[in-house]
Amino acid sequence: MTDTLLTVRNLRVTYPGDDGDFRAVRNVSFSVGRERLGIVGESGSGKSTTGRAIMGLVPPPGRVEADALRLGETDLLKTSERQFRRLRGRRIAMVLQDPKYSLDPVMSVGQQIAETHRTHVRAGQRAARQAALDMLAAVHIRDPERVYNLYPHQVSGGMGQRVMIAMMLIAGPDLLIADEPTSALDVTVQQQVLVILDEMVRSRGMGLILISHNLHLVSAFCDRVLVMYAGQVVETCEASRLGEARHPYTQGLLAALPELGHRRAELPQLRRDPAWLEDIVPA
Amino acid sequence: MSEAITLRAWLLDPAPASRRQARFGRWFRAWLAFRRNGLAVAGLAIVLLLVAVAVFAPLLADRQAATFQDLAQRLQPASWAHPFGTDELGRDIYTRIVFGARITLTIVGLVSLIVVPLGLGIGMPAGYFGGVIDKVLMRITDIFLAFPRLILALAFAAALGPGIENAVIAIALTAWPPYARLARAETLTRRRAEFIEAAQLQGASTARILGTQILPLCLPSVIMRLTLDMAGIILTAAGLGFLGLGAQPPAPEWGAMVSTGRGVLLDQWWVATVPGLAIFITSLGFNLLGDGLRDVSDSRSA
Amino acid sequence: MSATASTGRTEISAEWGRRVAAPIRRVASVLGSVSLTFLGLTVVTFIIGRVIPIDPVLAIVGDKASREVYDRVREQLGLNKPLLVQYWDYLMRVLHGNFGTSVMTSRPVLTDLLSVFPATVELSILALIIGVAGGIPLGVVAATHRGRWQDQAIRFGSLLGYSMPVFWLGLVGLLAFYAKLGWVNGPGRIDVAFDDMVTPVTGMVTIDSLIAGEYEVFWNALSHLVLPASILGYISLAYVARMTRSFMLGQLRQEYVLATLAKGLSPWRVVWVHALGNVWVQLLTVIALTFGSLLEGAVLTETVFAWPGLGMYMKNSLFAADLNAVLGGTVVIGIVYIGLNMLTDLLYPLVDPRARDQR
Repeated sequence: MTDTLLTVRNLRVTYPGDDGDFRAVRNVSFSVGRERLGIVGESGSGKSTTGRAIMGLVPPPGRVEADALRLGETDLLKTSERQFRRLRGRRIAMVLQDPKYSLDPVMSVGQQIAETHRTHVRAGQRAARQAALDMLAAVHIRDPERVYNLYPHQVSGGMGQRVMIAMMLIAGPDLLIADEPTSALDVTVQQQVLVILDEMVRSRGMGLILISHNLHLVSAFCDRVLVMYAGQVVETCEASRLGEARHPYTQGLLAALPELGHRRAELPQLRRDPAWLEDIVPA
Repeated sequence: MSEAITLRAWLLDPAPASRRQARFGRWFRAWLAFRRNGLAVAGLAIVLLLVAVAVFAPLLADRQAATFQDLAQRLQPASWAHPFGTDELGRDIYTRIVFGARITLTIVGLVSLIVVPLGLGIGMPAGYFGGVIDKVLMRITDIFLAFPRLILALAFAAALGPGIENAVIAIALTAWPPYARLARAETLTRRRAEFIEAAQLQGASTARILGTQILPLCLPSVIMRLTLDMAGIILTAAGLGFLGLGAQPPAPEWGAMVSTGRGVLLDQWWVATVPGLAIFITSLGFNLLGDGLRDVSDSRSA
Repeated sequence: MSATASTGRTEISAEWGRRVAAPIRRVASVLGSVSLTFLGLTVVTFIIGRVIPIDPVLAIVGDKASREVYDRVREQLGLNKPLLVQYWDYLMRVLHGNFGTSVMTSRPVLTDLLSVFPATVELSILALIIGVAGGIPLGVVAATHRGRWQDQAIRFGSLLGYSMPVFWLGLVGLLAFYAKLGWVNGPGRIDVAFDDMVTPVTGMVTIDSLIAGEYEVFWNALSHLVLPASILGYISLAYVARMTRSFMLGQLRQEYVLATLAKGLSPWRVVWVHALGNVWVQLLTVIALTFGSLLEGAVLTETVFAWPGLGMYMKNSLFAADLNAVLGGTVVIGIVYIGLNMLTDLLYPLVDPRARDQR
C-alpha cells in the first residue's frame, strides 16, 4: 500500500453545449497523500467540478476523461458505477457547502448518519444508531441522544456542518473532499468547524482536499495549495511558500488581500490576462 | 438565400443596435427554442387549424346543412356525401363539427375576455395596495378557489338556466381565481421597483400606474396561464354541453352532440365518438401548445 | 444551581411550545380558515338560490292560487324577511343538515344524499387508488429519465389523459370493453338479479358483499365498477404523474441528492426514499385536489355509466328543476372539498417535520 491516496493525471471534464463544448476542467494533474491539499480558485474555475469528477458524480451530459485517475490501487476509470458506489462514503467522501441544503430535510439527522453506516457496514438498526451516536460525540456534539432525533431545520449551521462531517466520515473513508465547507457558515463558527475537520483528519490519518475560494483560509489550513483558473491548475506550491508564487494570477490574488498592520489606501485590482485562458503546455 | 441569412444574422445579433432589433431578436430566439419541440409545434398547428376551420366554416361546409334534418338519411355511416356519417336526425356530422368549432372558439374567447380582466382587476390592486385590501380580496379568491369548479358551474348554470351565455358566465365565475393570484404575485414583485416610484413621483395616478406600468408586466404570465387553461375550459364547456347545460339544440355544440349520440352508441358509434374526438384533439392541441410555451419560458428564466 | 433550574424551565417551555401549543395553534388556524370558506360556500349557494328565475312560492302554490294563499306561503318560507335574516336562517338549516325536501323524490334532500353518496365514494376511491398507485411511480420514472423515451412516453400519455373529455372516454370504453369485447359488465352498479341481495353496511356494494360473504355479488359488482373507475383513474393518473414529475425534477436538483449519492447510497434509494420523501410533502395537496376533481368527474362519468351516485342524482335533479337537491349536493361536495383541504393541512406535519414547528 503506497501512501499516495489519489492520483489524478490530465483530468478533463467537458460539457457539450449549443455553441461547442465547454471545457470545465482542462488537464488537471495532482496527487494527494495523507495530507491536506487546498484547491483555490474563483467560482467557475473548475475546482468543484474537479471534486465531483473524483467522486464520479459529474451529472450527464458532462464527460469525464483522464490519463489516470486512481484511488489508492483502484483505477477509477475502470470502475463500474456499482463498484463506485461501494467506494463512496467508504473510501472517499465529500462534505458540501451548506448543511441547510445538503441534508435531507425530512429525515432526522441521526438517521441520515446511521444510513451511511448501514450502507457500508452490515449492522442492525441498534448498532447503526449507536455508531451514529458515537460519531456525533466525536464531532463534539454535546447531547447526541437529543440531536439524533432533530431534523435539519432544527440545527444551526455550525451543528449542521458537524452532522454532515459525521455523516461522511462514519464509514471511515481515507480521503475527504470538503467543498467550501465553511463558506455558508457564520464567521463565528467557521473556525470551530475547521478545527473539528482538522482533528478528524489528523486522528484518522486521512487525506483531505479542501476546496475554497478563500486563499487565506487555504494557506493557513493546508499543507499544499493548487491554484486553479479557468479549468486549469496555474500554480502548485507548499502553503508556506505561497509568497514565492510565480503565476501572475496567484501573485495578483495575494496582492489583493488586505493585511493586518499594513495600511493601504487602495487594494490593487486583479488584472486578468487573456493569455491565462490558453492551454498550458505540460512541461 | 443570402438575404435570409442576413435577416437571421440581424435577428440573432448578440449586440442589437436598436430596441426593435432586440425585441424581434428575443422573439426569434424564443421561436427557435419553441420550434425544436415537435409536440408543441403540432399543438400550434392544431390550434391554428381550429381557428382556420372556425373562420372559414362557410367555405368548408354548407351552413344550412348543419341544422338541416333529413330523416330519410338518418344514421348513415361515413360516405363521400357524409364523411363522418349522419346523426339521428339525418344531419351531416362533418358540417356540424365544422360549425361547432365556432361555438367552441366563442366560448373560449368569451371566457378569456371575462376571466383576464376580472383576475387582473382583483389581483393587481391586492398586490399593489397590500394590507386590508389584499387580505379581503385574497380571502374571497381563496373561497372561490376552494370550490369544485364543474359543480359550481353546474349550480350556476342550473340557476341561470341552460344556454351558451350562461355556460360562459358559469365557467368564468369559477375560472378567475388563479388569475387573480398570479396578477397579485406579479404585482407584488414589481410594486417597489424604481420605475414605479419614478411614475409615482411624477404624479401619475394609481389607476394610471396600474394600467400603464404594471399591467404590461402581468400580461405575459397571464397569457401563458390562459393557454394552459384553454383545454380545461374547453373540457368544462363540453361537459356542461354534454349535461345539456350549454348551447341548446339544434346548435352543433360538440359536447351536446356526444350526448345525443349516446342512445345509438352501440349500433351507430360514430354519432357520439366523432364529436368527442373533435373535443379531444382540440384540447390536446391547446395542452401541447401550452406545455411548449411553458418549456420555452422556463428555459429562458432558468 | 438556580441557573440550571432556569435553563431547564426554558427548555421545558420550549418543548411544551413545540409539542403542545404549536399543534393547537395550527388546528385553530386551520379551523378558522375552514369556517370562513364554509361561510363563503353557503353565501354562494344562497345567492344562487335567490337569483334563480323561478319563483319558489309559485312553484309550491301554483299560478292559480289567490293572493292570500300566495302571501301566506311566502311568509311560511320566510321570504318576506330581510335578506340577511334569510341567509342566517339558511345557514342554520344547513348546519343542522336540513337542505329542504326534494321535489323529485319528496324525501329530505339529506336522506337522498346519504343514500347516493356511498356509490360515488366507492367509485372515486378506487379511481384515486389507480391514479395514485400508477401516477406516482410513472412520474418518478419520467423525472429520473428526463428527456429520454420513457419520459417522452409518460409525458405524452398523461397529456392525452388530461386532454380527454371524461364522458367521451367513458362512452368509448363502454363501446370497446363492454359491447365489443365483453370483458366487463355494462352500465349500472350491479346486475338486476343481484339487487338487494346484500344488506347495506357501508353502502359500497363491493365491500358490503365481501362482509356478507356473497362472492358472486362481489365479482359482479366489481366488474361493473372496474371500467368507470379505470377511466376516472386514468385521468387522475395523468394529473398525478405530471405533478410528481415536476416536483421530482425540482428535488433531484437539490444539494442533498448529491450528498446522499456521495455517501454511497444507490440511486434507487436516493430517488425513492430521499427525493420522493420530500415530494410527498407537495403531493399531499395534489392528491386532495385529485380526489376533489374525481367527485366532479363523477357527475359526468355517473351519467355515462348510469351509476346511481351523487353525480347522477344532481344531474337528474337539475333537469327536474329540483333546486333544493342541486344546492344540497353542491354544499355537500363543497364540504367534502373543504374537509379534504383541512385534512391535508392537518396531515402536513406527518410528512414534513418543518411543518411541525410552525405556528
